[in-house]
Amino acid sequence: MIITLFIPCFVDLLYPCVGISIVQILEKLGHKIDFPEELNCCGQPAFNSGYWDEARLVALPVLRRLKNSEVVIIASGSCGAMLKVFYPQLFAGTEYEPAAKKLSARCWEFSDFLVTKLNMTDLGARFPHKVTFHDGCHALRELGVRESPRALLAKVRDLELVEMKEEVCCGFGGTFAVKFPMISSAMGEVKCAQAVETGAEFIVSNDSSCLMHIQGVADKQGKKLKTIHLAEVLTSQ
Amino acid sequence: MSSPVQQFKQAANVVAHDLQHRATIQTALEKYTVIRDQTRGAFRDYAAVRQAAAEIKWEAVNHLDKYLELFVSKLEARGAKVHWAGTGEQACEIILGVVREKKARSIIKSKTMTSEEIHLNEALELEGYEVVESDLGEFIVQLKKETPYHIVFPAMHLTRGEIKDLFNRKLAANTSDNPGELTMVARRVLRKKYINADIGLTGANFAIAETGMISITENEGNARLTAALPKTMITLLGLEKILPRLEDLALFLPMLATSGTGQPLTCYNTMYGGPRQPGEFDGPEELHVVLLDGRRTELLANAEQRDSLHCIRCGACLNVCPIFRNIGGHTYGTTYSGPIGSVITPHLRGLQGWKHLSVSSSLCGACTETCPVKIDLAHHLLQNRRDATAQKPARLWKLGFKFFAFIINRPAIYKLLAPLGRVGQKLHSPLKSTRLDPVYAWTKTREMPQIAPQTFREFWTNRK
Amino acid sequence: MTERQKILGRIREALAVEAPFPGRHDVSGKPAPTSSLARDCLPFVGDSVDEQLAAFRQNAANLQAHFHLPGSRDEFKMQLIGIRDAGGWKKIATHSGELTDFALQSIDIPAIKTDSGYDMEELEKCDAGITECDALIAQTGSVLVTNRSAGGRALSVLPSHHVVLARRGQLLRDLPAAFEFLRRKYGANYPSMISFITGPSRTGDIERILVLGAHGPRELTIFLL
Repeated sequence: MIITLFIPCFVDLLYPCVGISIVQILEKLGHKIDFPEELNCCGQPAFNSGYWDEARLVALPVLRRLKNSEVVIIASGSCGAMLKVFYPQLFAGTEYEPAAKKLSARCWEFSDFLVTKLNMTDLGARFPHKVTFHDGCHALRELGVRESPRALLAKVRDLELVEMKEEVCCGFGGTFAVKFPMISSAMGEVKCAQAVETGAEFIVSNDSSCLMHIQGVADKQGKKLKTIHLAEVLTSQ
Repeated sequence: MSSPVQQFKQAANVVAHDLQHRATIQTALEKYTVIRDQTRGAFRDYAAVRQAAAEIKWEAVNHLDKYLELFVSKLEARGAKVHWAGTGEQACEIILGVVREKKARSIIKSKTMTSEEIHLNEALELEGYEVVESDLGEFIVQLKKETPYHIVFPAMHLTRGEIKDLFNRKLAANTSDNPGELTMVARRVLRKKYINADIGLTGANFAIAETGMISITENEGNARLTAALPKTMITLLGLEKILPRLEDLALFLPMLATSGTGQPLTCYNTMYGGPRQPGEFDGPEELHVVLLDGRRTELLANAEQRDSLHCIRCGACLNVCPIFRNIGGHTYGTTYSGPIGSVITPHLRGLQGWKHLSVSSSLCGACTETCPVKIDLAHHLLQNRRDATAQKPARLWKLGFKFFAFIINRPAIYKLLAPLGRVGQKLHSPLKSTRLDPVYAWTKTREMPQIAPQTFREFWTNRK
Repeated sequence: MTERQKILGRIREALAVEAPFPGRHDVSGKPAPTSSLARDCLPFVGDSVDEQLAAFRQNAANLQAHFHLPGSRDEFKMQLIGIRDAGGWKKIATHSGELTDFALQSIDIPAIKTDSGYDMEELEKCDAGITECDALIAQTGSVLVTNRSAGGRALSVLPSHHVVLARRGQLLRDLPAAFEFLRRKYGANYPSMISFITGPSRTGDIERILVLGAHGPRELTIFLL
């Protein structure tokens, strides 16, 4: 099928390998990628800050461009939640509400798409390391994605998965990270400590904004933790 | 006098860096989480119970007038005196009126967050009445002259060593820091107080409309004693505490216990249906029930957020909230903390003054996930943010987002971000983490990510 | 306008707009669930008396309540005397009743009877309070009392050892059954206090560490006769 890939700005600028890995995986499975180059943002920063008019300025072009997409995969759990869960709220009561609902039904988080829609768990990957998995909150609680990443990791050769003792927010939260940096970094420190406790070398996640924050805290603290996105693990050999 | 938001930020800054506090709270909540999960596991269908509880509360709140009138008529038929208080001040006045009329000398109180909300203790003490908190946690924070730290565990932030020092200093107790011994100190002090109190002041967890009963849930037995021994009983409750039927408690008592403390059922669950009735030989001769509005009707009018009145004050959302855990209950600077507090405080105390509570959240959604009555907490935080900016936009932010939209919608301009960013990085490097750093809010505690040598778009363009 | 009228007025105005029904976006309006739902979803309890007895016994043990199942009145008498001696009881409190009268006779020490009127300070000094009850709840290990069945409001909570005397037929299955029972027995005229007692008094307020006997009884002993 033709899969529309939505690459938000921070994946584009900071973590392009995530996008590249996703392209690699989907093309290897025989699908064609439609990449709308002109879409860079889902509008979540303005939306989360309460500026819904300004969020619509960014979201409407997205809605229009993706109108005819068969399937949309978003390379970030939080942006995915924005399109799937929050666009219907953002456009509620406007003429775009039906379009937002239709788009919502066609949006998928990457790992969930592989496992639930394509029934794929084994991508032939090899990653000989001890890892732990951090669930990005939006993917976990707004999109209900918990099992899919783990099903995929289970099939990666020579990978050992240890779970952290709890599922808790890393503290990024978008603008929260700079509006309340003291709380955000305290949460990041707690997350790093829990990851270190597992003895894992790598923290894997399905959201690179979380990883950006966790790696930032870990590096500042001089911890030896490394972060890597799920898609990159799945293209490792 | 600094504003609530300034105080919040200052306090958050201190507590978030307090590693001792972090460890104490983590330990306490780990214990809670383990028992809670075990207890949830014993339900045959926990998800169904949650839905049922949410529906019952929806029924109660969305027909509040009908159920309140039924509740009151049943209570009054059994000789209780019901008072309606539009505001907290009125509630204080009503209670003061009863206390004055009874010429009370000492008042014993069981746990009620609603009394914190209306600053009742201060009002009573101002008039010279002694108010003694009987719940152990409340007793401790009262001695320490602090407000409750958590709506269910008032002294969660204190170690046994701190409590020992407090008791030895304030009560001349000469005790060790053994929790059992400390508890016995409080028990001894309070036994006399129950017997000598003229007035027993309680809250209520639920108000049963069908039978006109107040339901009180507790572990210690202090509320049982408060409602048994003094001659006059006063119960203060928010008008949203209504449940339609007595049998609804078969669901709500276990749910409250599971979510609140992780127990299958709390030690004492007691329903009071009036003062001492004819033929009964003990219990208060008078029961006064004070129903508080306190801007709850405003929340009621907000159909989008009306479900926040379903809250059973279990504290589960506080327990799972990573913000609460890191900044602590006192930082919120208001009676109701944690996610529920962040949702309702802007409504109860003013949107502009208190919106920061709704903004200081990463929106992780753990609260919504855990709430036993399915309040849409995280989304309400978003709605408060929307309403706050609609009412009073911050011009700089609004402009900033407009500017951002301008850039992001223009691929030609967006394409410049990568090369510009790479230059910016080099210039930024010497400033990083110093006071001149424009992104100091990030770099104070975190390393900066670097712009990739080749962006995704550059990769895609090259490939074509 | 009274405050009552003002508040009810505000409520009615507020409720003119409907709020979304919880959890189900596709269903419009549903009747409120009944207790039959509660029965299906709360923790499992078996159908037979034996299973319920086993459940009650297990729950009581978890709660650190003492549970005795004497085979005869004589056995009960001996057990109660044993508890009296172990506790060094000098004076107890109780109320009139078939079982409580028998108990009082058995231990033969000075006693206050709350239903004849009592002094609170005297009650506080008693070593134990012996009461009957309305029911035992298998699902939760709870004792259901009212001020009518258990000698008033204070007797079951002030003395530091609460002894409950229940009869075989009083074992109920679960919380829904308890509320059905209350409705049947008292529906026309409820006692002013109904209480579910689930274990001896406790607190976790200090570092979340469990301590028994916070303000209510430190010990709870249940006899099923």
